Amino acid sequence: MANTYVTIATTTVGSGGASSIDFQNIPSTYTDLLVKLSARDNRSGESVTDVLVKINNSSSNLSDRRLFGNGSGAFSDTATTGRVGVEPGPNATSNTFGNFEIYFPNYAGSNYKSYSADAVSENNATLAFTTFIAGLWSQTTAINQLTFYPAASASFVQHSTATLYGIKNT
Amino acid sequence: MPATYEPIATTTLSTTATTVSFTSISGAYTDLVLVANVQRATTAENPSLTLRFNSDTGTNYSMTNLLGNGSSASSSRQSTQNMMNFSYFSMASAANTFSTYILNVMSYSNSTTYKTVVGRSGDAGAGTQATVGLWRSTSAITSIIVTNDGSPTNFASGSTFTLYGIQAA
Repeated sequence: MANTYVTIATTTVGSGGASSIDFQNIPSTYTDLLVKLSARDNRSGESVTDVLVKINNSSSNLSDRRLFGNGSGAFSDTATTGRVGVEPGPNATSNTFGNFEIYFPNYAGSNYKSYSADAVSENNATLAFTTFIAGLWSQTTAINQLTFYPAASASFVQHSTATLYGIKNT
Repeated sequence: MPATYEPIATTTLSTTATTVSFTSISGAYTDLVLVANVQRATTAENPSLTLRFNSDTGTNYSMTNLLGNGSSASSSRQSTQNMMNFSYFSMASAANTFSTYILNVMSYSNSTTYKTVVGRSGDAGAGTQATVGLWRSTSAITSIIVTNDGSPTNFASGSTFTLYGIQAA
């Protein structure tokens, strides 16, 4: 059986926290990329915070449409910040981490790069989010770097993890 | 990661097309995943991306959808359909821009139960959608036809469609 779903890199945040999780030098040898992220941040006084992505170290040329539910209603909005989902923060229930799956089809191709991101931040409390995001990086350059970081200059806390997989279609 | 996620077939359109077919699908896997990155060929009409199984054109399909268009969220359902629709948003048409579809077909090869599809699809310029679809047939799925819902607007050249098989063990 072909080995077509391969771990490219994995990261676990250490005791000091981390302002970002960065995958560099991503080879162009796969068809699609998939990132699985488990994360929580240290943003003071907050229950939830957006997690954002930079592509090739750029936060420009990003757009998205988001569908989300927060336990009391369903909503939709847009942004140009590179959102991939929402994670718990210090005011959320202890030990809860948000889970994310972010899929980048044809990441090494010559068209603009779309992505699909699903995330949850359940924490057995009033405020929690489920998000579905359709994102676009309007650049034709192959993706060779993905950097995930919490909004508002927060940092990922210890035990946050991220793994980058490569998927081949042949 | 065990090597249980295997490409079965892939198609990149070299010209516009109304249909992409995956036939003679082996029953050797547990689940299927269809990943598509699709653009519509013209803006004349918005084609849907729809599935038919085993060439069944009967009204044996139903879907429940959750959709966000960037300003509001909505849910809808369609019963007794003749195909399974995963694009209740406008498929991408701008240069270099493609919509993404990730469709999971569960337990596709059993001959006892109806077949369920969990789909995520979207376009950053139009909307994002989560769908559960049902094909009311106990037949094992041996072919998947991806169609544009009879629209006069085709899938564009450069659109990609890949079918993966996942084995539980």
